[in-house]
Amino acid sequence: MLRGGPPGARNAPSLEQINAEVFTLTYGSIVRQLISDFEDIEEVNKQLEQMGYNMGIRLVDEFLAKAKITRCSSFKDTAEVVAKQALPMFLNVSANVANWSPDQTECSLILTDNPLADFVELPEEHRDLKYCNVLAGVVRGALEMVNMEVECRWVGDMLKGDDCYELRVKLKEHRDEKFPYKDDD
Amino acid sequence: MNARQTAKHSLNIVDRPLTKNRAEVPTVSLSAFAYLFSEYIQYLVDRANSISELEDRLERVGFEVGLRVLELLSYRDKALRRKTDVLDILRFIHGPAWQYLFGKTADDLQQAANADDEYYIRDYDLLISRYISVPRSYEAFNPGTLAAGMMRGMLDSAGFPARVTAHYMAHKDRPRPITTFMIKLEPSVLARQAQMEAARKG
Repeated sequence: MLRGGPPGARNAPSLEQINAEVFTLTYGSIVRQLISDFEDIEEVNKQLEQMGYNMGIRLVDEFLAKAKITRCSSFKDTAEVVAKQALPMFLNVSANVANWSPDQTECSLILTDNPLADFVELPEEHRDLKYCNVLAGVVRGALEMVNMEVECRWVGDMLKGDDCYELRVKLKEHRDEKFPYKDDD
Repeated sequence: MNARQTAKHSLNIVDRPLTKNRAEVPTVSLSAFAYLFSEYIQYLVDRANSISELEDRLERVGFEVGLRVLELLSYRDKALRRKTDVLDILRFIHGPAWQYLFGKTADDLQQAANADDEYYIRDYDLLISRYISVPRSYEAFNPGTLAAGMMRGMLDSAGFPARVTAHYMAHKDRPRPITTFMIKLEPSVLARQAQMEAARKG
C-alpha cells in the first residue's frame, strides 16, 4: 500500500473504520455551532486550531504505538511520516510534501482529497473561515509531543478556489529530549 | 493530482456527483472520529451550565447530521417513494440507515407496551460511545445523544416529528451498557397515521 516511505516504514495496521461522510457531516455541524457561538470568524479559527491541538497531543500516542516506524532523524523525515503515514492511518488520505525552504525548516503538506471538507460550500460572508484549521492544530499538537515546535498555517484552500489544500508547516524549534530525572536518582 | 479529481472539484459543490453506492463510500479511522467527538464534548462541558444543556447542544449537532443523511441516502438509493408509515421509517432507521452510520444494523426495534407513540431502538455496543467513559459526576449524560439527534433529524425531515433520547442500561452479560433510544412521536404523527389507516379501509 505505502511505497517509498521513509526508511524503516512498514505498513501500518489498519484501524477500525467509520463512514467518512458521517465524519464529514459531524465536523460540518460542529463548525456551524462554533460559528454561531463566537460570531467572530477569527475566534472560530482559533477555537478550531485549539481543538485540533488537543486532539493532536493525544493522537500522537496512538500513532507511535501502532505505526511501527523507526526514529525520524530529521524534520524532513518527520514531514514525510506525517504526510505518508499519519494522514493515511487516521483519515485515509495521503499528502505530498513539497516546497521546502532552502534551510529545510519549512515545507508544505499538499492534499487534494480532504475528508473534512467534502460537501462543503463556503458562503461569501465566511470567506475568512479556515474551515480545516483543526488539522493545522492536530499537526502542531502531535509534533509538539515529539519535541518539535512548529507553526502551521493554510496557504491553499480548495474551498476558496485554490487547486489544493496546502498546509505550510514551519519548524520553530527542535528541542532536545529532556528527561525529568537525573542519572543518580 | 489526477484529471478526474480536478474536474470534480472545479464543479460547483451541488453539481458534483455523489459516490455511487454505499460500498464505495470512503471511510476514516474511528479514532479520528473519536478524538473529534471527545474534543467537542470537552468544549461543550466547558461552556454548558448543566447536563441537559450539554445534551441539547450535542443533540442539535446530531440533528443537522440526520437531516443531511436522510437526503443523501434517498438520492443514493433512488428512493422513488416517501415513507409514510411510522414502522417503515423506523425500520429504515434501524436497518439501512444504522448500517450506513455505524457499520451495522441496530440490535432491537420495539414498540412500548403501554404507549402507541413510543418506540425503542437498542444498540448493544454503540460505535460512537465506545471510547467515552462518563464520570460519575456526569452520570445523567449519555454521549449517544449525538445519535439520538441524528435519528430525530432523519425522522423530522421524513415528516415524523418526534423526541428522541438516549439512555444507558447496564446488562449483566455485557461489558458495556446497552444504549436504548426512546422515540416519542408527536401527536400529529399518530393522528395522521390513524387517518391514513381509516382511508385505506375505505
